[in-house]
Amino acid sequence: MTAATAHLDVEAIRADFPALTRTVRNGNQLVYLDSGATSQKPFQVLDAERTFYERHNGAAHRGTHLLGEEATDAYEGAREKVAAFIGAQPGEVVFTKNATEAINLVAYAMSNATVTGARGSERFRVLPGDEILVTEMEHHANLVPWQQLCERTGATLRWLGVTPDGRLDLDHLDDMITGRTRIVAVTHQSNVTGTVPPVADITRAAHEKGALVLADAAQSVPHQPVDVAALGVDFLAFSAHKMLGPYGIGVLFGRADLLEAMPPFLTGGSMIEVVRMEGSTFLPPPQRFEPGVPAVAEAAGLAAAVDYLAGLGMCNVAAHEESLTEHALDTLREINGVRILGPDTTKDRGGAVSFEVQGVHPHDVGQVLDELGIAVRTGHHCAWPLHRALGVQASTRATFYVYNTHAEVEALAEGIRYAQRFFGARQ
Amino acid sequence: MQLESMYQEIILDHYRNPHHKGLRDPFDAEVHHVNPVCGDEVTLRVTLKDVDGEPVVQDLSYDSLGCSISQASASVMSDLMIGRPVGEAMRISQVFLDLMKSRGADVPDEDVLEDAVAFAGVSKYPARIKCALLAWMAWKDATAQAMDRQGEVTR
Repeated sequence: MTAATAHLDVEAIRADFPALTRTVRNGNQLVYLDSGATSQKPFQVLDAERTFYERHNGAAHRGTHLLGEEATDAYEGAREKVAAFIGAQPGEVVFTKNATEAINLVAYAMSNATVTGARGSERFRVLPGDEILVTEMEHHANLVPWQQLCERTGATLRWLGVTPDGRLDLDHLDDMITGRTRIVAVTHQSNVTGTVPPVADITRAAHEKGALVLADAAQSVPHQPVDVAALGVDFLAFSAHKMLGPYGIGVLFGRADLLEAMPPFLTGGSMIEVVRMEGSTFLPPPQRFEPGVPAVAEAAGLAAAVDYLAGLGMCNVAAHEESLTEHALDTLREINGVRILGPDTTKDRGGAVSFEVQGVHPHDVGQVLDELGIAVRTGHHCAWPLHRALGVQASTRATFYVYNTHAEVEALAEGIRYAQRFFGARQ
Repeated sequence: MQLESMYQEIILDHYRNPHHKGLRDPFDAEVHHVNPVCGDEVTLRVTLKDVDGEPVVQDLSYDSLGCSISQASASVMSDLMIGRPVGEAMRISQVFLDLMKSRGADVPDEDVLEDAVAFAGVSKYPARIKCALLAWMAWKDATAQAMDRQGEVTR
């Protein structure tokens, strides 16, 4: 089987990723099936960071020297690229540390609006008796910040459940979103089951009741075309390191009128307008939400990652992953004693395939696969409530990306069979 | 393949047929410990008795969910601890802890650790050390609580 698919020239892509050429345990070639945790990085991204440090390193948005000017251009240029990539305006893109910080930014801005009563921020206030709606499918990053917001404000956390096949249970959506719902926080693609909930429909329902909507897009923006206008969401969060980019930088998209009215989360330099001992005023967004010297090299790396993905075409990326996912679902389904969590077709489902192997704990499955050079994730994948809802303690997860091949899917299946034999599990 | 160095026959035997598993009454202290990385959990009970003024582990029972390493470790540990004076048992658990921190460099003493020497290979895999230590940490915690309670009773 050649590495080329109808959608991507995978062989050419793989040549861009130095990590994929290394050998791992027992001299095996690395089979990297853990891009849902973090993706590998192409030369183009590594070069962009290196070039920034070698040629243009200066602090953005301060100083009058040439390097500072170039750094500012690199940083703001990255913002424009990211904005275009998701159909937003540059002013609607806030750089954060990662998706987790982006979600916390909104949650803390909401409690800051509640505590300080900043003028114009009524929209964000959360009072006792108000409600926050999440889902049982969330990554802890889109659950714990909302639990904590409820603790700080006296609001009530409510959640949508999941169906046995790992879809969001939307039967009671209209009852769950009430006039007291302040914000609905929902994943745009489950990091465990790959489920893609109908975020646009949920958003319409939420907006009818006057609630805000935040989508956790950490697993969607890297893998499918995402257009914030089509989704209609108010906020969207994702991380660079899951989309071929570097660690340490993430994105919060926020609708312009909302960011304009939202109080800051973290404060300090770079985000102020006038500072007096008695108090300070703040810059307009996005700077209002970006205190401190920004991560410019990381932004340059993210911009290179966006260029790389845009060059492949996100429709091609999604189609390639769909073909791998379909192959994985078909192949794993054939193995006795393997139960796939989540939807069993690729309809509204991305490339995360989590499964349990009867009689072999996920840690042990992962250990055996690691000995064969196959890197997967094991455990609850930061989605403990979802695992509970699906009736498992933990699972093994394979995730696919632009550089994965059908041969690697076969290697995974062979590795699972080997693990079953090793532990004498029923086959 | 290195797999056999981690999954020694002793470990797989204990995993398939764990010793002393199942919660028993009465008990002096009960703890519940989890490995936050994977969700593995153990509920562990300790019963102490006084033998000539020295506390001895009369019984140790547990119920657990987890991987082969964590299950086998609980089984091996209970074999070692039951019937042993608490002071000696604590010393053994320190030896095991040191072995787990050794990154494969320690040559374990079979006279002290008995079947637990089989876990030497696990210490080469940092991601799995917590699995091996889960039950041991629960035992230390439960025993400390049981000792506190005994102290309160005799005071």
